[in-house]
Amino acid sequence: MDYQHIGITVLWLFLYGYIIVGAIDFGAGFFAFHAKLTKQDHIINHMISRYLNPVWEVTNVFFVFFFVGIVGFFPDTAYYFGSTLLLPGSVALILICIRGSFYAFENYGQDSKLSWLFLYGLTGLLIPAALSTILTIAEGGYIKETSNGVHLDWLTLLLSPYAWAVVFLAIISVLYISSGFLTYYANKAKDSDAYNLLRQWFLIWAIPMIIICQFVFLSLRQHNENHFNNAIGNYWWLFGLSIVFFIIAVALIFFKKAHGFAFIMILLQFGTAFFGYGVSKLPYILDPFIDINKAVVNEHMALMLVIVFILGLLLLVPSLILLLRLFIFDADYVKGKK
Amino acid sequence: MDAVVISRLLTAMTLGFHIIFATIGVGMPLMFAIAEFIGIKKNNPMYIAMAKRWSKGYTITVAVGVVTGTIIGLQLSLLWPSFMQLGGQVIALPLFMETFAFFFEAIFLSIYLYTWDRFKGKWTHFLITLPVIIGGTFSAFFITSVNSFMNTPSGFDFVKGKLMNIDPLAAMFNPSFGIRSFHVVATAFMTAAFIIASIAAYRLIKNKFIDDKEYHKKALKLAMTVGLIASLLAMLAGDLSAKFLHQEQPEKLAAMEWHFETESKADLVLFGYVNEKTEEVKGAVKIPGALSFLSDSNFNTKVKGLNEFKSDETPPLIIHYFFDLMVFFGVYCFVVSALFAVLKWSKKWSQYNKPLLYLAVLTGPLSMFAIEFGWFLAEMGRQPWILRGYLKVAQAATHADGLSLVLIAFAILYLVLGISASYVLIRMFSHSKAMDDVQKINERRGEV
Repeated sequence: MDYQHIGITVLWLFLYGYIIVGAIDFGAGFFAFHAKLTKQDHIINHMISRYLNPVWEVTNVFFVFFFVGIVGFFPDTAYYFGSTLLLPGSVALILICIRGSFYAFENYGQDSKLSWLFLYGLTGLLIPAALSTILTIAEGGYIKETSNGVHLDWLTLLLSPYAWAVVFLAIISVLYISSGFLTYYANKAKDSDAYNLLRQWFLIWAIPMIIICQFVFLSLRQHNENHFNNAIGNYWWLFGLSIVFFIIAVALIFFKKAHGFAFIMILLQFGTAFFGYGVSKLPYILDPFIDINKAVVNEHMALMLVIVFILGLLLLVPSLILLLRLFIFDADYVKGKK
Repeated sequence: MDAVVISRLLTAMTLGFHIIFATIGVGMPLMFAIAEFIGIKKNNPMYIAMAKRWSKGYTITVAVGVVTGTIIGLQLSLLWPSFMQLGGQVIALPLFMETFAFFFEAIFLSIYLYTWDRFKGKWTHFLITLPVIIGGTFSAFFITSVNSFMNTPSGFDFVKGKLMNIDPLAAMFNPSFGIRSFHVVATAFMTAAFIIASIAAYRLIKNKFIDDKEYHKKALKLAMTVGLIASLLAMLAGDLSAKFLHQEQPEKLAAMEWHFETESKADLVLFGYVNEKTEEVKGAVKIPGALSFLSDSNFNTKVKGLNEFKSDETPPLIIHYFFDLMVFFGVYCFVVSALFAVLKWSKKWSQYNKPLLYLAVLTGPLSMFAIEFGWFLAEMGRQPWILRGYLKVAQAATHADGLSLVLIAFAILYLVLGISASYVLIRMFSHSKAMDDVQKINERRGEV
């Protein structure tokens, strides 16, 4: 494989990682807020915070890793995305900032406030919406290049059915993935009240999730036919697999069986769809301005980045496993005994 | 206002706010590691309580540090897209490594905070501080490398507006990397120590919990000792920096010192004010030959003056004030901690006397101001360049719409965050008695 494909695969993996851990985190925030409003907080909030306290910071690093990596491997992305994303990017940043800090204030501080929980819960849904806009823009058609630099065409973006379909998909996926994980976590904690509530939420969100996916596909056909044809023509099997995994996951949770395996199915469901989406989009990172084959960083730097990446993983993977073993897979911790 | 000014303002605002939390983020893990080490070594629960309380407060500052760090990471591309396109070819390596270091630190910090009673061996939990300190320190090293590259670019050839023949390692280990990262890390340790010292001193002056006196005395002693060592290192780093600037960035040194004509036996100028047109300096204390001596350890060394440089390529003269304040505040903290050490050895006076405590209360805020002024000096000192010698700031700013709106939004955000973080931190400790925490640790030990 050449450097650009190693680079984009690594970055795509990290973005996928962020989508999963981010979704769990964002959704959990919303559920915590919702439970407080409906006076169900005593059922689930202690469980959510037991999971989130140790991992929220790590979640954030996945995101940082992605955007630092993409500028490193493909410096042109800094120019094109940087020039056009000032407003949506700043909105996302402000939301992430509010969320992260008020989460800490709420959880580590002396007193808890409903307004803080509100900020925390609401931003959890707005951040995926803001960030998904960036994926939409990468589809092309919203950016104009003039002699004065590149500009984002806001009107086209706001009127685009594709853009809106992606926003809704992002929000619903967050609730779906999050409730899926928390159902597993509650089951592991042998916390039947929380389990019932979360399982119910999961089943509620599964249906709109699969419907909105079809909308995204249909509107992609309208918006970027090349991409759509490539996805359907060459990578249909990835999307087919995704639906199979989805059915297995929902069926398992519906029949209250094998929750760990069900969550793996959810991971695979999103994994196959996300990689199918990514690979069918190539060679463009930003259609038509950034072509992966032309935009890659110079060879010396690419080699160094790959070396550092491998060394970094040797350090990270054992540490992450340690973190997971201490907080996610440690039955006593999950049950609240530690 | 035009795009360049707004972009500069916004970047300055974000960095100015972030640096408060970043400095604490790098320095504080060392403090609670030392406290826990002494606590285990001496088998004294008071030090363990110290480590617990400091790391608990640290969670708040680290949260704000993480999110503002995320902001600056993305803002670089949003506000300076042309620079990142050009520089991305060369600085990707340290940026990437910084994320790894940060990742490493984040993982182990989480583990540290939530495993106080989970390990059997009494040293195991302490050992987790080591990856936290290493991660924090290295992320400071790497990010300073990126900034040093902008000050002293190297590791490439500049051919027709493009960077060619790139050597990533030479760019990363650019000439100013070593000295600047040493300075950054030493001052971070120093600032964290003095912040702790400030709080302890304040508590000794004014405290509603009489029992806590012993606890705060111990905290003050520990913080002052670390502060003394770190401020010595910081002064050494500062001295090396001056020598370095003389060699590599003479225009910054000259602007810092209002040194207009090239001459040997150059004066060191302290304070005063300058008439920019006539180049007259008034009201300043001048130490003859000291600038030459600082630059090269020799009073006869010729120091380049500002008039040797093109007028549109020299930094603003305001940086002199930042330099003076940084040095003055730094030295103040050193003197207070040295005085504390001297009094500890003297039999006649107690080091916990009221006047010294009042002086000690100021060390934390002043060392933080020194950090801010030092960064103002470093950053404005390379104006008008964003990539010194290659790309001017004016050429690098974004053309996007909505900049003013974004500036206002972030200003409000930082204001709200600053106030809420202070509120939460004060609430966290104002009603909580340190001895209660000590008591808890004792009880838990009794059970085991």
